[in-house]
Amino acid sequence: MRERLRRLEPLLLIAAGGFVGAALRFAVAEALPSSALPWGTLAANVAGAFLLSILLYENRLVGNLSAETRLVVGTGFCSSFTTYSTFAVETAALAGLPGVAAGAEVPLLAVANVALNYVLGFTAIGLGQVVARVLA
Amino acid sequence: MTDPTLLVGLGGVAGALARHLVGERVEEATYDTLAVNVLGSFLLGVLVSVPVGSDLLLLAGTGFCGAFTTFSSFAYETVRLAEGGYGRRAVGNATVNLVGTLAAVGLGALVASAL
Repeated sequence: MRERLRRLEPLLLIAAGGFVGAALRFAVAEALPSSALPWGTLAANVAGAFLLSILLYENRLVGNLSAETRLVVGTGFCSSFTTYSTFAVETAALAGLPGVAAGAEVPLLAVANVALNYVLGFTAIGLGQVVARVLA
Repeated sequence: MTDPTLLVGLGGVAGALARHLVGERVEEATYDTLAVNVLGSFLLGVLVSVPVGSDLLLLAGTGFCGAFTTFSSFAYETVRLAEGGYGRRAVGNATVNLVGTLAAVGLGALVASAL
């Protein structure tokens, strides 16, 4: 029984983080005014990358946070809060990919969407590392 | 009408757990992220191209596919490659994820139109 609980614990932590992450991503997208550019996904991806970066660099540099914290916040929350599939579908729709285009194709915005997610996402990882070093 | 946030959250639980299961089976960190991203994008490509109800789209699309795929791990792993002196692998990882997921979305839409 004890052994079974021990093996179940990581899954429960990931599930809890996954619930909150996905629900919050949805809430962020709903709260932002609708626009041609999918700001909700961008905001979630950049904020989630920043938080995951702090968590993982803290683990590399200091290691004060527990494995449970990494599971619930990292594997659960951050990874579910951020999304690649929605980003890909939204980019494809902007680019006018047959089947997913919503009739509002703006190829330049598709390029801008990729550039914004990538540049700000990687920058967020760098900033998270800086924060983890300051906290260390 | 079920609460949309609940539907997305429940889908998120399944997506996060499924991603964890894939991660446990694939040794190389960047490959498991690539696998979930391409697979999840294909599924979302199908879902947005077939007339499914809004509840199913929230549960399986925004919830499951959204949480199964991940941008934060992808960004972290790409930056780690670059930091470790593997600049070309970092650029390769960023490119393969983008091209792979866009192709998967297109393939998903194609499959959906054939259904």
